[in-house]
Amino acid sequence: MSKRRIALAVVTAIAGLAAVGIVAANPVHHAEVHTQSWSFNGFFGSFDQAQLKRGHVIYKDVCAGCHSMNLLAYRDLQDIGYTEDEVKAFAAEVQVQDGPNDAGEMFERPGRPSDQFKAPFPNEQAARAGNNGALPPDLSLMAKSRAGAGFLGHDGADYIYSLMTLYKDPPAGVTVPEGMHYNEAFKGHQIAMPPPLSDGDVTLDEQAKDIAAFLTWAAEGNLEERHRTGIKAILFLVIFTLLVYAVKRKVWANVH
Amino acid sequence: MAAPVFKNPVIRWIDHRLPIFSYLHHEAYEYPTPKNLNYWWNFGSLAGFMLIVMIVTGLILAMQYTPHVDHAFNSVERIMRDVNWGWLLRYLHMNGASMFFIVVYIHIFRGLYFGSYKAPRELLWQLGVLIYLLMMATAFMGYVLPWGQMSFWGATVITNLFSAVPVIGDDIVTLLWGGFSVDNPTLNRMFALHFLLPFVILAVVIVHIMALHRFGSNNPLGIDTKGQQDTIPFHPYYTVKDMFGLGIFMMFYAFWVFWAPNALGDPVNYELANPLSTPEHIVPEWYYLPFYAILRSIPDKLLGVVAMFASILILFVLPWLDRSPVRAGTFRPVFKWFFWILVFDCVVLMFCGKYAPESYWMPFTFEIVDADTFTARVAEVSGMPHDQALNAVGEMWGVNAASGNFGIKIVRLGQLGTLYYFAYFLIVLPLLSIFETPRQVPLSISKPVLGGGKRVAHATAKSMEKA
Repeated sequence: MSKRRIALAVVTAIAGLAAVGIVAANPVHHAEVHTQSWSFNGFFGSFDQAQLKRGHVIYKDVCAGCHSMNLLAYRDLQDIGYTEDEVKAFAAEVQVQDGPNDAGEMFERPGRPSDQFKAPFPNEQAARAGNNGALPPDLSLMAKSRAGAGFLGHDGADYIYSLMTLYKDPPAGVTVPEGMHYNEAFKGHQIAMPPPLSDGDVTLDEQAKDIAAFLTWAAEGNLEERHRTGIKAILFLVIFTLLVYAVKRKVWANVH
Repeated sequence: MAAPVFKNPVIRWIDHRLPIFSYLHHEAYEYPTPKNLNYWWNFGSLAGFMLIVMIVTGLILAMQYTPHVDHAFNSVERIMRDVNWGWLLRYLHMNGASMFFIVVYIHIFRGLYFGSYKAPRELLWQLGVLIYLLMMATAFMGYVLPWGQMSFWGATVITNLFSAVPVIGDDIVTLLWGGFSVDNPTLNRMFALHFLLPFVILAVVIVHIMALHRFGSNNPLGIDTKGQQDTIPFHPYYTVKDMFGLGIFMMFYAFWVFWAPNALGDPVNYELANPLSTPEHIVPEWYYLPFYAILRSIPDKLLGVVAMFASILILFVLPWLDRSPVRAGTFRPVFKWFFWILVFDCVVLMFCGKYAPESYWMPFTFEIVDADTFTARVAEVSGMPHDQALNAVGEMWGVNAASGNFGIKIVRLGQLGTLYYFAYFLIVLPLLSIFETPRQVPLSISKPVLGGGKRVAHATAKSMEKA
């Protein structure tokens, strides 16, 4: 009986794990994703602020030329270690439309920390017109809306890293249309975005990691708080459960 | 049972006029419960706990959410980013749906194994199936609310199923949509119903518990309680046992919420709904996958929809399909095997629901590849020209087991799974009721224990079987 029970438990556990595996497993990939190790993964994972700042610079200098990041406000940058004054300075770099004023007219003013990141194009049509008909997607949630190779977190950071680093010359026999580029990480391997990063003072590899980390923060700014809260929750639950188990043993001691 | 005497005079005063305290004392304190319930019996109270969690988190989320196609997606992100503890509420709610289904699935399979659906608990079982149906509808509507890509396309696919209904199908779909496509009116009615249905579920849960308390819980031996020696009061025995189970379960729940909050969902739903761009694979949430596989197994749209609904509705008549007088699977040597195959079958169906029907599963290489890739591989290995390889691959199985290039088309695997699912209920159970010889069931819950340990029941049963 006990052997049988163990066998049963094993079968149940395998079925359960298989089920979870199916659920969490990624869909079929036709594209490459290279897994990296990230400071924000794992039970105690947290962001590397220096890396986020480097990523922010790349975002500002490279990505923001074409991509919007509508869900973030300048004030959010204080989370990655900028002072209030630095954030004010970042915001003031752009002109934002406000109004109407008392005369009923719209006017331009320097950005404030409470403003959302200013989009590079006023609307989708303008964005397409400026990019050969392709629409550069908003980057606020990019790290969460793409599947990586990871088992549990979907690990969009891996996807972004791979996309940045896997621009290649097309293999023999594959022709890439005018205005398109060959990228092994992109579904279908043809992407309108030209290679955004290249080796410079900092290697392409490092830059790709930095921007992937920054975009992960942008998509999931609460990650550190989430991990910290989780540790507290688990500690509480462990103590709670042990205490209840002790009480349970005592209460049930006289039941036969 | 005698009414309890309350020490507190205020409670005594109230109870004399409105006996809710006596009622609670009777139903939640002294309520006699079989003393041999194992941990599979924890999942009923866990399901109740999850319902409360969903209602409470959902209520607070609703205070911050805007049900409008232009604002829904951003209002959810606002909850995640700007509302105090909004991310926690939303992750609790979103993963809570999965936890609720995990708990309920275990609860259902526990009922299936231990025969909890049999007389006199048929109505109790049917109310449970009704709760499950309501949960499916509620979860579907909730998934539409963030208005991501999968919200939109999931809603489009599922509402379109109703167009298969003859004659009035299209009118039903128009009514569901509130227009001629999935749009703002659709989102609004989904929100209204998603808010309403949990309270309907709560009401049915109360009736479910009333039905439960009529005859009390079934138990692992599947035999009736024969008197006081077989039962213990619900409190403190099962309250404390349920609390212990709750602690373990909460750790599991916390793992998903705090370390893998998006693992059970589709990443595509973090993209704003776009009616002009269809996602490559429209896949429902994991808890619908087996039913999605059944739907896609049948080539005809109407019959597919009928089969999908039938796969749940069949549970309503289950008490009359399984006529075996023995409840617990423990004492049914043949049933047991078919039961575990059913569990496995549901996992297989889940798998089939997840992947594109025309792709191939390659068991030897643990891969899922699309038809083109598979054909190319067969052509490569066999040296056949591509057209010929295409014929060899055919509609059913792939070839070339020797090279490891054996593959099964997902839709065929799903059909086998569907076949077994229905056969279990319509053929296996009725036949087992006639042909299976169950082991001898213990006379009472306390007897085997008094006779020298829990094993005795089984030992006796075994010797009887040989005789």
